[in-house]
Amino acid sequence: MTSFEIDPCSKCEEVMQPYLDGSLSDAEIAEAHAHLDLCAYCAKRYRFEVELRRFVRQAAVEEMPPELKQRLAQLRTPLL
Amino acid sequence: MSETSQETEARRLATEARDRVRFEEDALALSDQVYRVARHLVGSRDEAEDLMQETYARAFRSWRSFSPGTNLRAWLLRILTNLNIDRGRKLQRTPDSQPLEEGDYFLYNRLEQSVGDESPDEERVVERLSQDGVVSALSAVPHDFRDVLVLVDIGDFSYADAAQILDIPIGTVMSRLHRGRRILKTQLAGETVGAT
Repeated sequence: MTSFEIDPCSKCEEVMQPYLDGSLSDAEIAEAHAHLDLCAYCAKRYRFEVELRRFVRQAAVEEMPPELKQRLAQLRTPLL
Repeated sequence: MSETSQETEARRLATEARDRVRFEEDALALSDQVYRVARHLVGSRDEAEDLMQETYARAFRSWRSFSPGTNLRAWLLRILTNLNIDRGRKLQRTPDSQPLEEGDYFLYNRLEQSVGDESPDEERVVERLSQDGVVSALSAVPHDFRDVLVLVDIGDFSYADAAQILDIPIGTVMSRLHRGRRILKTQLAGETVGAT
């Protein structure tokens, strides 16, 4: 564990995921925000992380085969 | 005029049938979203299809245990993850050694080097990644980490929902997610630009 005073870029790397998840405290968000405003190195990596999350989410989407949908519907309880 | 007991019973059955039909329709309407998660919890499409069918068969049998007004998608995923664990993940062997896990900037740094420019735009860096690479990297993440990663980052579940679905403490969700993302990135770097 480091801090923004001692090693700001390492600290920024450490809090990047919780920052993106919105799970940091207000004080930590303010610190990370202030660092990202000043540091092009971390700002670039921050923008990459945002893009990466979007890319992974899209890349992982695989549509359900229509036949499976039909098979699931056939599992329904028959109406008397 | 008071209702006979036969009429009361008929009314009860009619209400139950209506509730059940509504439940089944709601559950089926969510099947695309459930499949999206299921597909990456297991290694192959066939396994995902089997798991979906088992899940829906069980959900339709035990529909009465669902509390209306609560999160049906999370309820279905809870059945699905339990079934997946019950299956013993027999076909999904966990590697003997834990994969390497690097820091959060590792993937960017590796991709940036591979682009060749001094300081490329991050869009060009992301473009190095491929859809197949993501799918393959995800499947290489060990199960405990992958379950959380898939629920939160692909299924859009909150930490609290993921904790409930997997029946683990929220702190465990957070730590597994943290490690799972790092493992995924290390795998992605390997898939995209080769191992170090």
